[in-house]
Amino acid sequence: MKYLSNVVSLEFSPGRCVGCGMCVEVCPHEVFALENKKAVILDKDRCMECGACVSNCAFGALNVDKGVGCAAAVINSMIRGGEPSCDCSGNNKTKDCC
Amino acid sequence: MTELKFIRKGMQEKKEVCCGMTQDTPQAESGAYCDTCLPVTEKDRLAWISGVIMTDAGAVPKAATDLSASDFWEHAKCRTSAFRNNYTVKPGLYAVGTPDRNSDVLVSANYKLSFDTLRKALKGLNAWILVLDSKGINVWCAAGKGTFGTDELIRLIAVTKLDRVVDHRRIIVPQLGAPGISAHDAKKATGFKVCYGPVRAEDIGAYIGSGYKATREMRTVAFPLVDRLILTPMEINPAMKKYYPLYALVMLAVMGLRPEGIFFRDALASGSPFLMLGLISVLAGALLTPVLLPFFPFRSFAVKGWIAGVLSVFLSSKFIPMIGQLNTVLLIFTYLFFPLASSYIALQFTGSTTFTGMSGVKKELRLSLPLYVVGLVVSLVLLIIYKLGEWRVL
Repeated sequence: MKYLSNVVSLEFSPGRCVGCGMCVEVCPHEVFALENKKAVILDKDRCMECGACVSNCAFGALNVDKGVGCAAAVINSMIRGGEPSCDCSGNNKTKDCC
Repeated sequence: MTELKFIRKGMQEKKEVCCGMTQDTPQAESGAYCDTCLPVTEKDRLAWISGVIMTDAGAVPKAATDLSASDFWEHAKCRTSAFRNNYTVKPGLYAVGTPDRNSDVLVSANYKLSFDTLRKALKGLNAWILVLDSKGINVWCAAGKGTFGTDELIRLIAVTKLDRVVDHRRIIVPQLGAPGISAHDAKKATGFKVCYGPVRAEDIGAYIGSGYKATREMRTVAFPLVDRLILTPMEINPAMKKYYPLYALVMLAVMGLRPEGIFFRDALASGSPFLMLGLISVLAGALLTPVLLPFFPFRSFAVKGWIAGVLSVFLSSKFIPMIGQLNTVLLIFTYLFFPLASSYIALQFTGSTTFTGMSGVKKELRLSLPLYVVGLVVSLVLLIIYKLGEWRVL
């Protein structure tokens, strides 16, 4: 299953890539592959912007607008301001959220 | 191995290592439990602790790898209610089997459902489990928030004195923890190399057995029917609690409203098809859409939910007489309002999926929120037109 096409904020700078393969390892949606000792993006639309590749790239070759793909979180951030997060209701523990 | 002293379940030994605080490790920090010094109710809760293992860094509680009936009952409650919001394990180091100084260290979250899934998957293996304080949230969600993160990993490695428990310098972090962890920063700070294990705990045996190699299947996240289905109660429940009572009240009041006042008989007679339609639209958005997710056309959840809503309204009008017999204005209202409600509820499921990203959700909301508002206003106008017709004003 794929989500909307052409919206993903993932950016890759091939110049900084050393081909360590860490992005291939951590990506849960097989967005990357190694070709000729460099990472390549196989299918950007599969990216869910979790940020795993970015935080594990020691060479700063990747960037993404990391965030939760959750409508409730985005709506809450529209109402209350701030970045969308899973804290649907602040630190209130009685709230049903992830 | 030789440096370890394994202690069998017995009051005397445990008192020494736990209640007696004879070890140099502060027990409160290392996270060690001992059932002889816990109150009775706590003991029941911690029935999954089967003993204690002594290490150079102090006593480490041993977790059973078989889940009990009460574990399963608690897991069921986690899937359906707010019970899961306070279902935690104390952060710290745990053992499964009889691990030694060369055994693997597996990192987990302190949501007990996550921890239980891991210890069950480790049946037959000897390993250490390092539980981070993820505030009772599962690995993937907590990693997204950063509570399952590099800093917390560094802290727990220090607090549990992991370097004194094992001789090797590698830890296995679940792959879905990667959004919160920076493997190179953790290595720099602790000396421990982070190896990303498989996505699913059930694959850990195969992963370790093959020399820490994860196959493509172990690395990728699918979203099969059973996974989608298990998440639906937490979609239906909040929708029924949050929206349905208010909706039902408004609908009954509107249907029972006359210039003379609100009549209960009218409210029930004319309102019941709408109470039913409300329920149907919640189920269309929160159950039908997730279950048939890959089969509804288009990638947008709002569109999938809307299609599910239209289908449900259509089928209801064919098979439920009191819905089929609605007059034209109410029928237009029905086809406008309920599919939009299903669409909005289906959109909430983006928070439960394994593949939706924030940019996509933002785009969907930008396009759909104005439509929901317009739809709601037009629906209210239609209801007013219907009422005026009923009162013979129009």
